[in-house]
Amino acid sequence: MSNNTSPRVGLFATCLVDLMRPVVGFAAVKLLEDAGCIVDVPVAQTCCGQPAYNAGDTSDTIDIARQVITSFENYDYIVVPSGSCGGMLKHHYIELFEGDSEWAPRAQAFADKTHELLSFLDDIMKVSLTGLKLDATVAYHDSCSGLRELEIKKQPRALLNAVDGLNLVEGTEAETCCGFGGLFCVKYPDISEKMVDAKVDDIVATGADTLVAGDLGCLMNIAGRLQRRNIDIKVRHTAEILANMTHGPAIGDPMDDA
Amino acid sequence: MQSTSPNFTQNAKDALQDDPLQAALAKLTDGFPIQRLEAAARLPEFEDLRDEARDIKTHVLENLDLYLEAYEKKVVESGGHVHWCQTAEDARETILKICQNANAKTVTKSKSMISEEIAVNDFLEENGIEPVETDLGEYIIQLRDEPPSHIIAPAIHLSKEQVADTFRDAHTDLEKDRPLDEPRALLEEARAKLRTKFLSADVGLTGANMLIAETGTNVLVTNEGNADLTNNLPRVHIVIASIEKIVPTLEDATTILRVLARSATGQDISVYTTFCTGPRQLNDLDGPEEYHVVLLDNGRTDMIGSEFHEMLRCIRCGACLNHCPVYKSVGGHAYGWVYSGPMGAVLIPNLIGMEEAQHLPHASTLCGKCESVCPMRIPLPKMLRRWRERQFKAELGSTRARWALKSWVWLVKRPRIYRLAMNMSVAILGQIGFRGRFKSLPFAKGWTSKRDLAAPTGDTFLSQYHNGARGDQSGELIRRGGRK
Ligand code: SF4
Repeated sequence: MSNNTSPRVGLFATCLVDLMRPVVGFAAVKLLEDAGCIVDVPVAQTCCGQPAYNAGDTSDTIDIARQVITSFENYDYIVVPSGSCGGMLKHHYIELFEGDSEWAPRAQAFADKTHELLSFLDDIMKVSLTGLKLDATVAYHDSCSGLRELEIKKQPRALLNAVDGLNLVEGTEAETCCGFGGLFCVKYPDISEKMVDAKVDDIVATGADTLVAGDLGCLMNIAGRLQRRNIDIKVRHTAEILANMTHGPAIGDPMDDA
Repeated sequence: MQSTSPNFTQNAKDALQDDPLQAALAKLTDGFPIQRLEAAARLPEFEDLRDEARDIKTHVLENLDLYLEAYEKKVVESGGHVHWCQTAEDARETILKICQNANAKTVTKSKSMISEEIAVNDFLEENGIEPVETDLGEYIIQLRDEPPSHIIAPAIHLSKEQVADTFRDAHTDLEKDRPLDEPRALLEEARAKLRTKFLSADVGLTGANMLIAETGTNVLVTNEGNADLTNNLPRVHIVIASIEKIVPTLEDATTILRVLARSATGQDISVYTTFCTGPRQLNDLDGPEEYHVVLLDNGRTDMIGSEFHEMLRCIRCGACLNHCPVYKSVGGHAYGWVYSGPMGAVLIPNLIGMEEAQHLPHASTLCGKCESVCPMRIPLPKMLRRWRERQFKAELGSTRARWALKSWVWLVKRPRIYRLAMNMSVAILGQIGFRGRFKSLPFAKGWTSKRDLAAPTGDTFLSQYHNGARGDQSGELIRRGGRK
């Protein structure tokens, strides 16, 4: 499907996907290629710098941001399968370089072509999915940065609704934070537990057998709590479902469960 | 007030174990946020009003000196006095002096967060003057000798049974086994007790929701009408307010009023909105003989022009508390000082010091809900990050965490070595985590104490991808994408 006019996309896989859940990376590549993009996965990528940024280590974050911008700024688009890393690349990099005459424009140009995966597929590539089938009752969790920094709300739902047999259900607290918050969840485990429990209760109340979201941080947090509470709800990244890559284990499930 | 902010972690733990508190907080979740949503939906221009309100305060802060002078002039013209106080201590002394000049024995008070900030109650008591809180919530916590746990609902942490017990302990002149099961009964009892106080008070001390430069007026918003009795009945009315409470005109005040109650309680407007200008005038039927405004700085001018400048737009509506998942988990007392929730986490370090309050900016997931509901569009998460930045520069916090972060940053900045390190990590974790997840991991206790940790599912994505893997393509046949 690709030709000379096909957009060249640099996939920023994110450190969590790279390390913990490669299937999300493969799903992203597949969705992007099927949408007609030429996808590249630069080897010079590590992390977007969020842990340093949220810990107040601004000077290191600036170094990391420069590194990311340099490795990716020549693509037509930079696509990220995560709302919070997307928010970092798209909004916070600009804040970091405020008043820097060389880097502020570069950060701005970089931000303008950076998109979270699902919103890129829906808003920019205007993808319509056909022929997908999955018998599942699925609850969607709106990750905080995706929702509030990138206004991702309709796009993943629209894409999920195209899957045959998939019954999308809404929790009343779908927009409430799951209590992950990066280092927050290890710094204040008790508060985080209270928050993720509220999230889990809300998901259970929907009757869903599957939970999806666009951020691996939230997903690992919610999956981990569901499993600790012995609740059998499968947890996956939205892209896995849309790329029909649900044959492997869900998050936290053993390999032989596949 | 002595802060317990350094003990935030323990405070929070205790709060999570406190059943009545948890029951009260659960009610908060179903109350104010839903009412706010409905109120906003009833007013199509609500979002535009938020912009207008923000712009009014932004403009004021850019011209604060000008408006303060104009305001003072108007107060003096209307026969009132303005006292400029730099510190909490100055303000306490000034209030005491006014009370002493009036030979005051009793001071009635309507709810004022600034009076909590300067801890004036204890100070007056030490000097032989009885302060009486007249807002029901404030009255209850005064009897219990507790700080407020919410900026607009100070006793929200209590159940009605706890309030009944408090009343039985405090009002010993009443029959011991009187029925106090209904909120109505509690209200009646407080009202009867307060009525005599209202009538005997020599000085009424109120806060101010706004100070209007155009007219020299202070605006008071309540749902109980207690502020009106406090400012009208005693001979002397003292207004205590911080300098950022200024708005230019009556028109501006009404714009802010339109977002205030809607954001706070979901009311279109509070039950009582009172405008007080100076002492009783020649043809007035009632009102105080003396009118004093104690204008407090207490750290505000240091915030002007700093990265916390925008916090001075705050109108203390409480919406950020009502919507904060952390506040709703632990309540206000855990924050350890007068303010709480997101606005408290930004403001408290400014007022009692960054080191003392160092936990608060970290006790947030930066989920952004607060900013999304703040009527003044204050970027609260951004300012929490600014505190974290200052702390990092000042090397506050655990050295271990700092070193962990520094080592990680070192790797992140070196993609080749990072790759090797990640490949090794997944190999090791994959070996020991073959059951798909960890129940406990020694170096990830914070995580595994509460939840399982998913194990890596194989080599890193990048190494698999660059070795030619493309994931599970078995679904290819039934899936076709393309542009719409
Ligand atoms: S920060 Fe905003 S939401 Fe919070 S109390 Fe102030 S005005 Fe209200």
